[in-house]
Amino acid sequence: MKSTLLVGALLTVMTATSALAQAIKLADVAELSGGGATVGTNWKNGIDLAIEEINAKGGVLGRKLEVTHADSQSNPGVARAQVQKALDAEPYVLLGPGYSGSVKVTAPLAAEAGIAQIMGGEAAELTQAGNKFLFRTSFGQQSSMPKVAKYIHDEMKAKTVAVVWVNNDFGRGGRDVVVKELDRLGSKVVADLSTEAGQADFAADVGKIKAANPDAVFVYLNEEESARILKELKRQGVTAPLMGETTLIGQKVIELAGDAANGARGHVGLTTDAPVDLIKAFREKFSKKYNYVPDHNGLKGYLAVYMVKATTEKMGKVDPKKFADTLHGLTIKAADEPGILMDVTFSDTGDIDRQSFLVEVVEGKQVVKQVLPKVK
Amino acid sequence: MSNLFDLLVAGLATGAIYALVAVGFTLLWQTSQTINFAQGEFVMLPAFLILAAMHVGAPFWLAIILGILLSMILLGLAFKLLLVDPMMRHGVLPLAIATMALAIGIKEAVKQFFSAEASPFPSIVPTGDISILGQSVSLQSIGVLVVAILAVVGLTTLLNRTSLGHQMQAAAQNPTVARIIGVPVERMILLTFLINAFLVALASLLITPIYLAKFSSGEVLGQAAFIAAIVGGFNQVRGAIAGGLLIGVLDNLAAAYVSMQYRAAVPMLFLIAVILFRPQGLLGRAEERTV
Repeated sequence: MKSTLLVGALLTVMTATSALAQAIKLADVAELSGGGATVGTNWKNGIDLAIEEINAKGGVLGRKLEVTHADSQSNPGVARAQVQKALDAEPYVLLGPGYSGSVKVTAPLAAEAGIAQIMGGEAAELTQAGNKFLFRTSFGQQSSMPKVAKYIHDEMKAKTVAVVWVNNDFGRGGRDVVVKELDRLGSKVVADLSTEAGQADFAADVGKIKAANPDAVFVYLNEEESARILKELKRQGVTAPLMGETTLIGQKVIELAGDAANGARGHVGLTTDAPVDLIKAFREKFSKKYNYVPDHNGLKGYLAVYMVKATTEKMGKVDPKKFADTLHGLTIKAADEPGILMDVTFSDTGDIDRQSFLVEVVEGKQVVKQVLPKVK
Repeated sequence: MSNLFDLLVAGLATGAIYALVAVGFTLLWQTSQTINFAQGEFVMLPAFLILAAMHVGAPFWLAIILGILLSMILLGLAFKLLLVDPMMRHGVLPLAIATMALAIGIKEAVKQFFSAEASPFPSIVPTGDISILGQSVSLQSIGVLVVAILAVVGLTTLLNRTSLGHQMQAAAQNPTVARIIGVPVERMILLTFLINAFLVALASLLITPIYLAKFSSGEVLGQAAFIAAIVGGFNQVRGAIAGGLLIGVLDNLAAAYVSMQYRAAVPMLFLIAVILFRPQGLLGRAEERTV
């Protein structure tokens, strides 16, 4: 009798364990509050949408996906603690963070644990440190900034440029590459202004831009600060054309800056306004579920999950140790995996190659002016 | 030259808002020895009350009225009755710490009920430029300056030219004697809390279109206004006004001519200098309390 009970208990435990093992566990650490809340919330919602879709279609290799979300409070120190906690639970893949500074301090932890980390950071240095487990969801600055500098020099015909950047890893990384490229092309940087993350008052900064009287202004700040400086540029009547990256012309910036965003241009690796049918469909699904139009961070979160799906299906098994090796050098075609939205190739360093867009804000809407093809 | 002019106008506009908030610091200190460390959050909250009213369908003008009334109830009446009165009898320090806790509470509540993300906020002043002395100046800066000056002039007129104002002054200077000569001291103290709530709501209305509505936007403002109040003189309304304008201009000039990176340090250094060489503040008087 006793042994029957014991066998019964063991069976129950084993069944429960195998039911738990059924789900593939992902861990997400993102900027859900603090200065990067726009970034993190979009990223998280993108992840949730992708997981919901994949699970509705039967999951990955017949197993459901599960994710836990943790808040980094947009603070690298908190991000590190949250990532450590997430890694202790042994996830299949780590998703996030979105801020480059937070990625920088968390990437060594994931690498040490041998867990692949798919993140939203864009600072150039992130993938140049030889980390074999780190993957981007968007362009790094070393891919996007040369395109930006070329556009300022060739298309805007700017001989003098004011560069405004946010004094963190993201801002400094972008500033360094763009200033070098502008110099190489022969455009002179007449004002080089660093600003603080979370800065509210841009009157003095814009005053300096006005005094330098440049042919173009390159703005490289986080979303909320971009909105504030756009308003101040308008308030002080600066008429020089504005060029930036995704953070200058994102949906949230347009919403916050209103009229002041009109005319601003930016190079965008990902935009929900891209003339790509799969992206249009994504935008519709996202807007329907969350009642707002996502920015590029929503796309990044969504893509991160589909990167997990495509890589796992390529391996034919759920193997966290082989995941990173499989994703290196992998090309995922949208025709085979529609969730990846556009054909993409991952390099050996975790950088991506994909087509990109030049966008202008016209009457409060992103309008794609040019499509730049995939390099290879 | 044109750059200096722009910086002065922008600095005065920001400084006028600091002044509104700083005046609140001095009013509360004068009448009830309250140092309100939640003053910055008091500026942040009315914007969200106005947004909430607009969210349920109120037009902007009605939302402003509702927002100001609600602010006066929450940040004036309820603040005094529920926090200041019970804590007051334990001294200045416990009360100051209670207001710090309140600041955190307000911030977290806004984050919880609204969002951690910034929201756009409509401006009561139209965008565009006008020409003054051959220089183009933004209407928004002028609007902020004009509204803030009107509020301050209105307040000083109330305090110095009306019987009500004289009663408030009496209640602040010597509550015991004021009580003997029939001044309703308690009501006068409540009135200063309501005036403070009105001023912060006004500051909120003026600054939020520029800073955006965000749960954390009160931190910078509260700190700047606190410095302004000390620099100008914590026991003088006119001192707080001068301090506010001075800090606003100083911040902008420091960012432009000293260093963008160290701009935040310059008002602090100025504060230290004032404390060392003129501890009562530029316009304050030693050991005296008036409103």
